[in-house]
Amino acid sequence: MEEVKLMKGNEVVAEAAVRSGCDGYFGYPITPQTEIIETLMEMRPWETTGMVVVQAESETASINMVYGGAASGKRVMTSSSSPGISLMAEGLSYLAGAELPCVVVNVSRGGPGLGTIQPSQSDYFQATKAAGHGDFHLIVLAPNSVQEMYDFVFDGFDLAFKYRNPVMILTDGLIGQMMEKVVLNRQRPRMTDEYIAEHYGDWALTGKKGRKYNIVTSLELDPQVQEERNHRLQAKYAAVKANEVRYETRLCDDADYVIVAYGCSSRICAKVIEMAREDGYKVGMLRPITLYPFPTEALKALKSHVKGFLAVELSTGQMVEDVRLSVGSDVLVEHYGRYGGMVHSPSEVYDALKEKIINKLK
Amino acid sequence: MKEELIIAGFGGQGVLSMGKILAYSGVMQDYEVSWMPSYGPEMRGGTANVTVMISDQPISSPISHDYDTAIILNQQSMDKFEERVKPGGVLIYDTNGIVRHPVRKDISIYTIDATAEAARRGNSRLFNTMILGGYLKVRPVVSLENVFKGLEKSLPERAHKSLPANQEAVRIGMELIREYVPE
Repeated sequence: MEEVKLMKGNEVVAEAAVRSGCDGYFGYPITPQTEIIETLMEMRPWETTGMVVVQAESETASINMVYGGAASGKRVMTSSSSPGISLMAEGLSYLAGAELPCVVVNVSRGGPGLGTIQPSQSDYFQATKAAGHGDFHLIVLAPNSVQEMYDFVFDGFDLAFKYRNPVMILTDGLIGQMMEKVVLNRQRPRMTDEYIAEHYGDWALTGKKGRKYNIVTSLELDPQVQEERNHRLQAKYAAVKANEVRYETRLCDDADYVIVAYGCSSRICAKVIEMAREDGYKVGMLRPITLYPFPTEALKALKSHVKGFLAVELSTGQMVEDVRLSVGSDVLVEHYGRYGGMVHSPSEVYDALKEKIINKLK
Repeated sequence: MKEELIIAGFGGQGVLSMGKILAYSGVMQDYEVSWMPSYGPEMRGGTANVTVMISDQPISSPISHDYDTAIILNQQSMDKFEERVKPGGVLIYDTNGIVRHPVRKDISIYTIDATAEAARRGNSRLFNTMILGGYLKVRPVVSLENVFKGLEKSLPERAHKSLPANQEAVRIGMELIREYVPE
């Protein structure tokens, strides 16, 4: 039987990096995610799998090291928290423009600005809509448990290479700092140079060895060609939307009211549903697991019997816009959330659910 | 079985590690557990607290507003958390440094003079495992056998030489805890 461990979400990201055959981690410390690089340094994977761990001089340097590693077909990643992710914006756009795979973990904290170090979900817009300049999207995964922090590093690399696109794991200080049971149950070796040349040799810089050279760049001086590139990117995002939507529903089949929540808020809301059901209210929850692509169709389908939706997020209201876009304006959609690093309790959310949804529709 | 517990005190008192030992003890007993710290500046000496949940069912929310049990280790935490113990719940506190004692009538209140006892024995580091012992006497949510396993799991290898002393401290704590009688 696999050993059950008690670990922090951040520590598990480090374990997952090494065990998922990651070739390089490049990062710069920032609370509340510094345990990721600390754990990697303690693990010393360069002595076992050969994985490189570098504390760069800045977040800007980290993301450009990721660009370099990704350009050579390697599994590379970085992590940071909100202000640090903002510093990576240019690099993320370049990675998406050059169609390079990588995993970026954002253990987000209260903002704006340097903000607080406590949990927040106010980087939703940034992650799903505007991680940098230009028409591009990250694929965004939102874990809500320590086990998913482990699993999504593996899934993140798979998606990144499948679509040659950066993947963000968008989590927060709560999931990053909490300890839960986790089983480190998946493991795979690093890719060999031969494997990379065989599978990614059509784009990766593997040493040209007789083939035509590859160029990795996001620069294009001919706008017609750049428009074509954008066509290709859009076709890719359409494929991502068609194939990669992930979500979880809980007690939605008979629900009159549905909470939409991701990440740590979905954990808090799971308790809210228990409280509401005890009082006889038919409340369910839809949890987006991928934030991009967003589970639009699944939400739309709930309109057949759901009277009102409450988007619960640790922000002033970001994901709620995607909920409204999904279900339209002919059904009640409201938002509730604490922010700035404050975390709503189950009873606060339950009160808001009654005030903003249930009592309005009675 | 479900226990929602908060341990609150000063940074450096071993609040977080006490919670970790308890959470690991829960793992050893095949329970679901969560451990959610307050973190940041607290690690450098301010107030620190940790919410531990132990249950035979999957844990939905790792945070709560009110608790089955509160272990309170300084006055600031008393002021903040006394009112957040569920009616019928348990409040345990070390009287050291407490100037305003709890007043609730609808909860069970216990004191444990672990600070004084650890100082008397010349090893203040055993303070938190004494508190843990006192808690387990009142709320035996996990078996002593699994607590000792949890202790071993949560202490780093280099600290394993202190295991016997910590096990002894758990036992001392069990003897030390008293029902609170207001003066």
